[in-house]
Amino acid sequence: MVKAERVQPGDEIHMGPPITVDRYGPAARVNHWITALSLILLAISGLALFHPSLFFLTALFGGGQTTRWIHPWIGVVLFISFYIFFFQLWKANLFTRTDVKWLMSVKEVLTAQEDKLPEVGKYNAGQKMIFWGMALLIMALIITGVIIWDQYFLEATAIPTKRIAVLVHALAAVAIICIFIFHVYAAIWTRGTLRAMTRGTVTGGWAFRHHRKWFKELAQRRRVDPAE
Amino acid sequence: MTNSLQMDSPRTAVSNPPVQAMDSNLGERDLVRRSATSDLPPPERQLTAVAKLIDVSKCIGCKACQSACVEWNDTHPGVGENVGVYTNPHDLTEDMFTLMRFSEWINPETDNLEWLIRKDGCMHCADPGCLKACPAPGAIVQYSNGIVDFIHENCIGCGYCVKGCPFNIPRISKADHRAYKCTLCSDRVAVGQGPACAKACPTQAIVFGTKDDMKKHADERIADLKSRGYANAGLYDPQGVGGTHVMYVLHHNDKPHIYADLPDDPKISGVVQAWKGATKYVGLATMGFLAVGAALHGVFAKPNRVSHEDEEGAEEVLKDKLGGQSEERA
Ligand code: SF4
Ligand code: SF4
Ligand code: SF4
Repeated sequence: MVKAERVQPGDEIHMGPPITVDRYGPAARVNHWITALSLILLAISGLALFHPSLFFLTALFGGGQTTRWIHPWIGVVLFISFYIFFFQLWKANLFTRTDVKWLMSVKEVLTAQEDKLPEVGKYNAGQKMIFWGMALLIMALIITGVIIWDQYFLEATAIPTKRIAVLVHALAAVAIICIFIFHVYAAIWTRGTLRAMTRGTVTGGWAFRHHRKWFKELAQRRRVDPAE
Repeated sequence: MTNSLQMDSPRTAVSNPPVQAMDSNLGERDLVRRSATSDLPPPERQLTAVAKLIDVSKCIGCKACQSACVEWNDTHPGVGENVGVYTNPHDLTEDMFTLMRFSEWINPETDNLEWLIRKDGCMHCADPGCLKACPAPGAIVQYSNGIVDFIHENCIGCGYCVKGCPFNIPRISKADHRAYKCTLCSDRVAVGQGPACAKACPTQAIVFGTKDDMKKHADERIADLKSRGYANAGLYDPQGVGGTHVMYVLHHNDKPHIYADLPDDPKISGVVQAWKGATKYVGLATMGFLAVGAALHGVFAKPNRVSHEDEEGAEEVLKDKLGGQSEERA
């Protein structure tokens, strides 16, 4: 059962050379990029209404009125696409004891001394935290977002409820933008990561360095495709 | 012909407003606040503060004011539905900026039924929550005479003003997605006239003039009411929102809520203050620092690269595991 978190359907090693490992199938990648694009558009349109100094960003959407009506619809797209993605990944993101050890070694993580870290499965504790953080915040954002979606749900809640919702929505949005920055930054800083979401594969060396337990598990289970 | 009267604001609706044409005397240069605008230049002059005084004790509920409002503002409210109360329509709407609210209240002291009629509408707060909440530059403005006005072409229809207002006043039109409310007839006041409702009121329950004059007038009315046994008569000019430019004389000023839920102590909600205060600034700063920090770290820190040893390690693992397993099989 523990192993469920380490490998997922579709993960497979290709002998190469060079050795590559399938990390995300085409469906997962499409899903990821729809989510990413929606999140970026939501952040821009949301920030435009969040601080007056950013109101000019509404021009990107064709004005304030359009920004106002389009933002919640993009939110619906994000919610659906993220949660499809969520159900593909949640099992691999359950926390394990290794995650605690990994988290205790922040210094080694930040200085890229991976040899001093415990071997991790498909996701490390940082990735898991981003995953659950996103899941929680997107849920908070969709709920509070619907409460303040006055065009359709004006009558559904009273004004004091809407006030709390709009505050929580703003706070959750700030938090998710921060997580988003972490996520993008980590993917860029950890070289060789982006291709997992573009080509769908990573190199054997990358898998060995960052997700050794996952890689070993795949090898162990003979999830290997030697015909190359 | 034009502005020879040199009046900065009209004095009263009933006492001889100018009949000759005059230029608009209320404009951009008189703004003291403008929504989502931090660099508003100070106004060139200070207009005398105006106010509308609504004497609840004098109102007979004829709704001439409501009709005059519809007439002047050229709104077209649909035909309503009678549900057995005089309040009609049932709420303020984007086409009904003012509404007579009728409440039946049994005075516990006298056991008398009192029929309370309050003219609801924008209070023109000195500290307007609607303006504080509005994200669209210039969609809500406040003039130095105290009038809070919505500038519809700048409005994006987000409804934040609805959440910001302590009196539940603004309404968003389902047709053009813009916010509407009483303007205090800013377009009439600009040319020396009083608001349409004040002009129409047959009992002078609504009067309009400078805020000082209106307070003096209210004092007389309150003294009169007190002499008639309304010991708690008083002026409703709530300080929680810095005072208002629409004020009430209430015969029971100790309990405003009996007048169709008029707030006893209105102020901009703490939640709205937190949202438009700390959250806005701290939030933006946090996101900004993080983005800049990440960019700097990205440029200057050593990236986390896969090394040769890692590649060899991967090969080792494959050799080990696959080799091991094939041996097991053999
Ligand atoms: S609905 Fe219009 S006036 Fe109200 S807060 Fe939004 S932009 Fe401002
Ligand atoms: S009553 Fe509401 S809409 Fe009118 S000025 Fe005050 S906050 Fe704004
Ligand atoms: S016009 Fe005057 S008397 Fe008639 S309902 Fe309005 S405030 Fe009352």
